[in-house]
Amino acid sequence: MPPSSSSRIPELVAAHQRELLSGWLAKQQAASSTRLDLIAESELHEQSRRFLEALHTGLASGDLDELDAPEWSEAREYLRDISRSRAIQGFKPSETATFILSLKQPLFELLRKELGTQPQRLADDTWRASLILDRLGLFTIEAYQTTREEIIVRQHHELLELSTPVVRLWDRILALPLVGTLDSARTQVVMESLLERIVETGSEVAIIDITGVPTVDTLVAQHLLKTVAATRLMGADCIISGIRPQIAQTIVHLGVDLGAVVTKATLADAFAVALKRTGGALGAGATDER
Amino acid sequence: MERIPILKMGDFLLVTIQVDMHDQLALQLQDDLTTRISRESASGVLIDISSLDVVDSFIGRMIANIAAMARVLDADTVLTGMRPAVAITLVELGLALEGVHTALDVERGMALLRMNVAARRA
Repeated sequence: MPPSSSSRIPELVAAHQRELLSGWLAKQQAASSTRLDLIAESELHEQSRRFLEALHTGLASGDLDELDAPEWSEAREYLRDISRSRAIQGFKPSETATFILSLKQPLFELLRKELGTQPQRLADDTWRASLILDRLGLFTIEAYQTTREEIIVRQHHELLELSTPVVRLWDRILALPLVGTLDSARTQVVMESLLERIVETGSEVAIIDITGVPTVDTLVAQHLLKTVAATRLMGADCIISGIRPQIAQTIVHLGVDLGAVVTKATLADAFAVALKRTGGALGAGATDER
Repeated sequence: MERIPILKMGDFLLVTIQVDMHDQLALQLQDDLTTRISRESASGVLIDISSLDVVDSFIGRMIANIAAMARVLDADTVLTGMRPAVAITLVELGLALEGVHTALDVERGMALLRMNVAARRA
């Protein structure tokens, strides 16, 4: 293969930028995966135009094999921005990649038209152009994936924060309404925040309400039992409430022993028990119900 | 050699652990405490571990043993002031200390002890 300096791609792209842009836009609009419902035509036009300029800057540097070189940074940055915004807008990976891959056909057509008389050179440059666009396409997908992962991580954190409120129900009574599926990581957070709050408020009874927990398997049951045991070790009582009929059936079918744990059907029942305990167990009549 | 002091308060013995427990110290405490319970014929023991940061499986079992021994010598044991991190560690180690009564702080521990002893004597 001849050195890249002998390639005529940079020169041709520079000379036919306008033609290339209209060909590319036509291809993008024809492709069903362009999702014109998610992106305005004017925006697509602007994105395509700016990318062609960035591509031109990269090509003009003369180095067609080193896409990591600083001369290509503008093109890479711009592609990253586009991928990121498309990931957020809800494009699929293939729909995002279409943007860069649909440039192939117009570019190849241009090469064929200009270099049709020199088969050797045409083959070389077609191969080179294909290589560049493929690598840019891969880069697009990588940027897209990174953005998606960032979104997932952020949502995961938000979910953790949202899902573990410990509320003070009454003097020396805490409630922990659990919503959603319990896994090990979440149970750890739940357990820690509950125990911290018990120390902070000096509460003697903690009510764990599992009305919002969709399923209870052996693992979840074990997590619950651990939380109850830790609460007891701290010197507070734990009541589990909000056990739905189906869940009661599952627990028995699984053979989970909740024997030592006080369980109530509803939060109201649990609260009544808790009131009786804090009121009657330690210093009757001395409850300061502010 | 360092020892953990055991204080007498009426019918009860009060132990506050304020240093890092190592195994030798725990064995010494077990010795001292059982001796004191039988000498003073105490009816209750309160162990406060609010300044204990780290508990391993040996110390955890030691506490359970002390409670069981006190029980044999006709005294109730209440464990108070356990920190959240310690509680989580013990549960993960599988030491739920089933036979030991617990309370949030010394004050409530004393109240619980009085109540338990009164219930036992009644």
